[in-house]
Amino acid sequence: MNHQRIAEEVFVPHRIVMVAVALGLVVWAALALRWDWIPRYYDLAVQGIWRTLWLLGLSCLIGFMLAVPLGLAQAAGPRFLAAPARAFCTVIRGTPLLLQLWLIYFGVGSLFPQFPWIRESELWPYLRQAWPYALLALSLSFAGYEGEVMRGAFKSVAGGQLEAARSMGMGRFAIFRRIWFPQALQRALPTLGGETVLQLKATPLVATITVIEIYAVSSRVRQDTFIIYEPLLLLAVIYMVIAGLLALAFKLLEQRFNRGMVG
Amino acid sequence: MSDWLYALWPGLETSVGLLSLQPPGWGGNLLRGAWASLQIALGAFALGLLIGTAGALGKLYGGPVTRDLLSVYTVVVRAVPELILILILYYAGTDLLNQALRAMGQRPVEISGVVAGIAVLGIVQGAYATEVLRGAIQSVPRGQHEAARAYGMGAVQTFWRVTIPAMLPLALPGLSNLWLIATKDTALLAIVGFSELTLETRQAAGSTRAYFTFFLAAGAIYLAMTLLSGRIFGWIEARYRRGQAAQ
Repeated sequence: MNHQRIAEEVFVPHRIVMVAVALGLVVWAALALRWDWIPRYYDLAVQGIWRTLWLLGLSCLIGFMLAVPLGLAQAAGPRFLAAPARAFCTVIRGTPLLLQLWLIYFGVGSLFPQFPWIRESELWPYLRQAWPYALLALSLSFAGYEGEVMRGAFKSVAGGQLEAARSMGMGRFAIFRRIWFPQALQRALPTLGGETVLQLKATPLVATITVIEIYAVSSRVRQDTFIIYEPLLLLAVIYMVIAGLLALAFKLLEQRFNRGMVG
Repeated sequence: MSDWLYALWPGLETSVGLLSLQPPGWGGNLLRGAWASLQIALGAFALGLLIGTAGALGKLYGGPVTRDLLSVYTVVVRAVPELILILILYYAGTDLLNQALRAMGQRPVEISGVVAGIAVLGIVQGAYATEVLRGAIQSVPRGQHEAARAYGMGAVQTFWRVTIPAMLPLALPGLSNLWLIATKDTALLAIVGFSELTLETRQAAGSTRAYFTFFLAAGAIYLAMTLLSGRIFGWIEARYRRGQAAQ
């Protein structure tokens, strides 16, 4: 969008009034509400944001890597692969993430200490912390939702393209890597962008299993200082900024992927 | 009854005992929690539909200020985690209500969990429903509205008798998705301490240490709810699509 159009859209009388009201609210919030706790919790908050971001990034990455085979199995796999993949997606999508998270943390987590060989293994220091369970639950959840998205995306690639690739003498892996996957990904990208924002909105749940991400930091401020609204409002702004940046990043990614495409 | 099953699976007998409906078992608590979840989901979905209809109409036919305010509402709700909205709305709602009561000289009240849950989740659902319904209303051909007007129907009658039946088949897949989100979002109320299915499950699991039994049982209840409602929505959709060209 060029500058002139942006200017035309913003400088409409009612929008100027609305922006003024919004600015007034921000100024009022800055002056009338209590923000003196920020310097004390600043370091913790930065750590919390960082933890939220890497939990989001890593769980989306792992989840997507699981979603590709899940989608492929459902779109084109034999029955003995398609049925379990579909069952997995149905169960993940049909139950609340909070329940899955607690099952993995409290249930699976309580099993491990019973086995001496696990306690003596090198993984044990990690398994005693909460974040691996949070990462696992978030990744499985993302895989379940995205498996369904990728199934549709793989199915939407025209069969003629795959046949053409085969007749050019491409092997199955080459077809997947150069024809099938790129087109499916291009079609799935708008949905994936939305799903990533949904995943961001799911991350505060991990605070319930003692992972200190940004939401947990704000809860701690609330408990320590009995200030209710200010941390929550700031938190909402932080999530909106991250969501906005994610939307922007996916838009740029889409533009890149759509280069040279018709329509 | 089925002794061979017990022999095959030694833990089953304890699990069945823990899940029994009579007091030593926790099955009754789980079912009560499920009923509470279902009530909240139904209430929130209905409230969301009301807000969504009003919001969609406002976005389509409202003045510029209404439209911009509605965009702010949908953008904010869709970008901020439900958990945080629930906390903000829960605290702010209780505060505002009690301040209003105090101003009127009444004593402050404790808001019941069900009402708060329905109100908060309804506001969240409303934002998503606004977008779903707006898209569906928009895709009803203009000619149908114009034809209704030409027959002398008023705006309300046109909406009720032409727009709604024509847009419902288009809106149903999105609405069915919203209903599934509503059932699963009720679990978030566990965090503000409301005894719905997930919190009941955690309490049962915590006091008996039988985490797998209870979490898997609760998962089965949620799954039954979502699968069953998927069937019901599929049936409603098939009914409303009758007589429409296949897509």
